[in-house]
Amino acid sequence: MKQIVVLSGKGGTGKTVMTGALAAFVDNKLLVDCDVDAADLHLLLEPEIIERHEFRSGHKACIDSGACVRCARCFEVCRFGAITKDLQVDPGACEGCGLCARLCPVQAIRMAENMCGEWFVSRTRFGTMVHARLGAGEENSGKLVARIRQRGKELAIAGKRDWVIIDGPPGIGCPVMASLSGVDAVLLVSEPTCSGLHDAARVIDLGKHFRIPVLLAVNKWDINPAVTETIERYCLDNGVAIAGRVPFDRSVVDCVVSGKTVMEGAAEVVKSAVADVWQNLSQIVTGASERNKEAV
Amino acid sequence: MIIAVASGKGGTGKTTVAVNLALVAGSVCLLDCDVEEPNAHLFLKPEWREETPVTVPVPEVDVSRCTGCGECARVCAYHAIAVIPGIDKNPQPLVFPHLCHACGACSLLCPTGAIHENRRSIGIIQKGTRGSVSFAHGKMNVGEVLSPVLIRRVKELADSRGLTIIDAPPGTSCPVVAAIRGVDFCLMVTEPTPFGLHDLVLAVAVVRQMKIPFGVVINRAGLGNDAVENYCRVEHIPVLARIPFAREIAVCYSGGETLVDKSLAMAGLFHELYKNILRVKDETDRCS
Repeated sequence: MKQIVVLSGKGGTGKTVMTGALAAFVDNKLLVDCDVDAADLHLLLEPEIIERHEFRSGHKACIDSGACVRCARCFEVCRFGAITKDLQVDPGACEGCGLCARLCPVQAIRMAENMCGEWFVSRTRFGTMVHARLGAGEENSGKLVARIRQRGKELAIAGKRDWVIIDGPPGIGCPVMASLSGVDAVLLVSEPTCSGLHDAARVIDLGKHFRIPVLLAVNKWDINPAVTETIERYCLDNGVAIAGRVPFDRSVVDCVVSGKTVMEGAAEVVKSAVADVWQNLSQIVTGASERNKEAV
Repeated sequence: MIIAVASGKGGTGKTTVAVNLALVAGSVCLLDCDVEEPNAHLFLKPEWREETPVTVPVPEVDVSRCTGCGECARVCAYHAIAVIPGIDKNPQPLVFPHLCHACGACSLLCPTGAIHENRRSIGIIQKGTRGSVSFAHGKMNVGEVLSPVLIRRVKELADSRGLTIIDAPPGTSCPVVAAIRGVDFCLMVTEPTPFGLHDLVLAVAVVRQMKIPFGVVINRAGLGNDAVENYCRVEHIPVLARIPFAREIAVCYSGGETLVDKSLAMAGLFHELYKNILRVKDETDRCS
């Protein structure tokens, strides 16, 4: 079983459209949507939830105002600015370290477990999908990602799946690192813009940092062919293989609007481009593991 | 006044709106708080003036004073310290700096005062100017998780008397909250697609919870369907600007150019947007 994560650094380059397309195209796979704070893959795959779990992680301070003697020790020691001057907890700023509760001379502060989201196992027309929803403005997205990755892996092993395809979040922060850990390859979906290149470079650095191979696909490549070439050259110079190019086509937007993957309704040029990306990607990933086996 | 430009979904045009708005707003401070993937500088092209490292405290153990009692590991809510047998078989604390939130609990609560704090770099802040725009952004080190800390440091550079525009990161979780906390107005950039709408609804939940006045900019208007317009109408959310979907705009963006420098119509659109923000902000202030 191989795990592939679709990342981009920059948002809106087409990660979810690409993941949806692979969901429709690749056989014997399981899907995980790791963009837990603004998940969109379910809009294309219409999951029917079969398992639902609460996600609790971390703690938040709660001050019992009846017991509080207003010494302001909590205010003095909190480094997150989570205790206001009138000695109230700002839950959005509290990072749950618990220092205030430990130092309160009258034990008026309690650390309450934080319910920060939900996660699900669902049936879709393209097989099983594991996904989640982080509460508005919550933290610990990295832990939630790790949780659904683990469940996805268990189900993939039990179901003898060949592939786990993961839709990643934008950026390079903690949920991205949690999406990336232990995968066999990153499919980097970029776009031919100067910010697309800038952000792709940061993802490539992250891949190097974790020693995970990265492959590039430039989406909407024909919007600016010159920038596409610049990105591809940058990638080749940095040890990133090119998996393919997907053209800009309005039929892609029409698919998203009607809740379909591009494999179910976009123009042929788009479908064959995605098929090429997958062929190159899967060959390189399985080829690499064959070589590793031989080396062992 | 501080205006934050946010969106649930990435790639809807936050940076485009933030930079172009800054360029028409006159004397303004523009802060790029997308510290994982800062992009505003690619379009603004500021003249860089200074660069400062951003550090956070990280515990360091003085082995000669440590008794191996394990209190530091017990009080750490982030499992950033483990106490394990050292070379001489005595228990010794081992610090994992990347898990540390720099709360200070271990150093304050160590019974023998064996822990003091060093500084660890998590990224840099770069400052520059272009014309009447003073600019700064944070750039987080690759592999680092403390983006909210860096975001807060960048926000400390806000102009307390004039206008500040903040380019926020995408999503709805802690980095976004750090970027928009305490701002006077939030501009939500979306696109008229099911993805844009879905993530807009999530982002609206966050700003409403934080009680920040807000309005919407629809980018690539005319591309998908009417669902975003309908949602805004039903929810009484003001749509402050519509940037049309046009290949020329996409090409202009792809080359790192700003829209207001390229077209008079766009300059007019962003002037109008700025006026609309002031009007809506004024109306909400009077209501509350």
